[in-house]
Amino acid sequence: MSKSILILGARSDIARACAQHYAAEGYAVRLAARDIAPLKVDATDLHLRHRVAATTHRFDALDTAKFAAFIDGLPELPDVVLCAVGTMGDQSESQSNPEAAAIVLRSNFEGPALFLGMMAERFETRGSGVVIGISSVAGDRGRASNYVYGAAKAGFTAFLSGLRNRFSRSAIKVITVKPGFVATKMTDGMDLNPRLTAQPEAVANAIWRAQAKGRDVVYVKPIWFVVMAIIRTLPERIFKKTKL
Amino acid sequence: MQLSGWGRFPRIDGTLSAPRSEAALSALLGTGPVIARGMGRAYGDSAIARNTVDMGHFNRMLAFDEATGQLVAEAGVTLSEIITAFLPRGWFLSVTPGTQFVSLGGAIAADVHGKNHHSEGSFGRFVDWLDLMGPDGTVKRCSRTENADLFGWTLGGMGLTGIVIRAAIRLKPVESGWIRQTTIPAANLSEALEAFEDTFAATYSMAWIDCAATGDKMGRSIVMNGEHAGRSELPADRRAKPYDMPKHGTMSVPFNAPGFALNPWSVRLFNEAYYQRGARLPSNGLVGWAPFFYPLDTIRNWNRIYGRKGFMQFQCVVPLESHAEGLRAILDAISRTGAGSFLAVLKRFGAQESRLSFPMEGYTLALDFPMNRRSLALMPELDRITADHGGRFYLAKDSRMSADTLRETDPRWAEFAAMRREHGLQHHFASAQSERLGL
Repeated sequence: MSKSILILGARSDIARACAQHYAAEGYAVRLAARDIAPLKVDATDLHLRHRVAATTHRFDALDTAKFAAFIDGLPELPDVVLCAVGTMGDQSESQSNPEAAAIVLRSNFEGPALFLGMMAERFETRGSGVVIGISSVAGDRGRASNYVYGAAKAGFTAFLSGLRNRFSRSAIKVITVKPGFVATKMTDGMDLNPRLTAQPEAVANAIWRAQAKGRDVVYVKPIWFVVMAIIRTLPERIFKKTKL
Repeated sequence: MQLSGWGRFPRIDGTLSAPRSEAALSALLGTGPVIARGMGRAYGDSAIARNTVDMGHFNRMLAFDEATGQLVAEAGVTLSEIITAFLPRGWFLSVTPGTQFVSLGGAIAADVHGKNHHSEGSFGRFVDWLDLMGPDGTVKRCSRTENADLFGWTLGGMGLTGIVIRAAIRLKPVESGWIRQTTIPAANLSEALEAFEDTFAATYSMAWIDCAATGDKMGRSIVMNGEHAGRSELPADRRAKPYDMPKHGTMSVPFNAPGFALNPWSVRLFNEAYYQRGARLPSNGLVGWAPFFYPLDTIRNWNRIYGRKGFMQFQCVVPLESHAEGLRAILDAISRTGAGSFLAVLKRFGAQESRLSFPMEGYTLALDFPMNRRSLALMPELDRITADHGGRFYLAKDSRMSADTLRETDPRWAEFAAMRREHGLQHHFASAQSERLGL
């Protein structure tokens, strides 16, 4: 019986690259997103290229009440769950409209954290599993330009860290991924520094290696570890005046 | 941003959009001409324009029929990905050019050829149908029976009839990933041509030709033939896994070579060494599919060997009636200027039945030259010789031919340009090349 991975937010570019990578390694792939119609063609592609089972599943990260039923409806309890759900939102919109801000907070933090927490419980019952959360360097310190998104990602990072701490003595692994800039739909049209920007395939490769080597926190481009270490250690009275 | 082809000459400024859906793609049409771009492996300016559309997100395989070997895939899928997915199941490309890093859409647009052109034809022969997005954003299925005219103009039409979205191609069954290769050293051009004619029955054939050799040695070559190896031809220890290959490392050219790295002496030395090595090779042996079809693919960014200024490719075909004189005149012109090409390829073409495609029954010669004044002066001379011998040129390689030369050597393009005008296509699909050549 081959291993399987459940990918939430499967329409994102990082998720698609991860699906290709894990399928190439022989994993059955369960693709989940709110709108599954466009996922069908991805599932066909994965099956044709890698001869693995690939299925699509409707999943709404904001509909927490349906999480348990969703897990029960999967073909199997997967070996790996990867959450790439998230939305950047619009910071100025989030500042003035609490409804919009709530969507950003819930879809980047509440939904992903609660779902992965629930999966971890199932993994505990079985005695194994890998939980992978795509968080963000934006959660390392709140900045004026995107602190609603950043706060949600900070919460998600803290949740994953707690989960990892709780399961550190078990066979359950928890991996936090902080990709930095990635050339994706989310960043199309932004003017990003190419030295700080990774391709989705590089993110997938870094995730695969992290799982193979038992890493806890992954910065895809090592330079981001350095950049964020500096940003985190800046004294607040200096940091508050920066424009980053 | 700056865009160029594989030869890195010319470069032009323009926008590059990478749509993710048909809707996003069609939204890019109608506001001025665009050209689709796949892997950017056309050498010159075929896939660059002020507005260029990167088809990289159209990269899904859609269906495969185990009974017929028909694969349906989106235009951005690369030939390399097709081999990776299907060779382990016993299928190979029916036709492949000298690099696997080209997109399906690009292979159709240039109607690429391979080492089996004389025996099996060009890439287009194995395209069952294609879906083409026209100027108004609607997608038409084109095949030999449906929209047959458009289908004909699209094979080899350099992306100027519309944007290929997806296509169905036929793969060929193979028993292994190995090729039985036969090498024939030929001391001069006559011997090389004789070797081609003697081995016309071979499925694959091509020759590396030494452009630096002069006098009695002019046109000396290593002619290489190949056949897909059957399972029973493999050594016993390979038969269980006939599609598995030993791992090959890849090299990369890490930076642009300085301009002086390529000069008549280094070219001569390289070619001498290459010929001697080729002449010593066992005349018959098994080689893997990758080194046989794609010797240069193991060196990533090999185009950097030519330095920052880039290089030009010259590829012509000379018809069978006049090929020997034509080739001799070309080689003579090259050696007179001492321009010399590192890797030059000679190949026999078979008959070609299609509307625009480059091949014709005869011999094709492909050469590359560093971008400099000497090469630029030589090119029109080679154009002239080719034209005088009834030959024509491969647009996927061209970066500097004149519109007059194209018109003189290949009247089909004038017909194509008229068809484009009739349908107003020139306002919607154009490349730097099509504008230069007045298409």
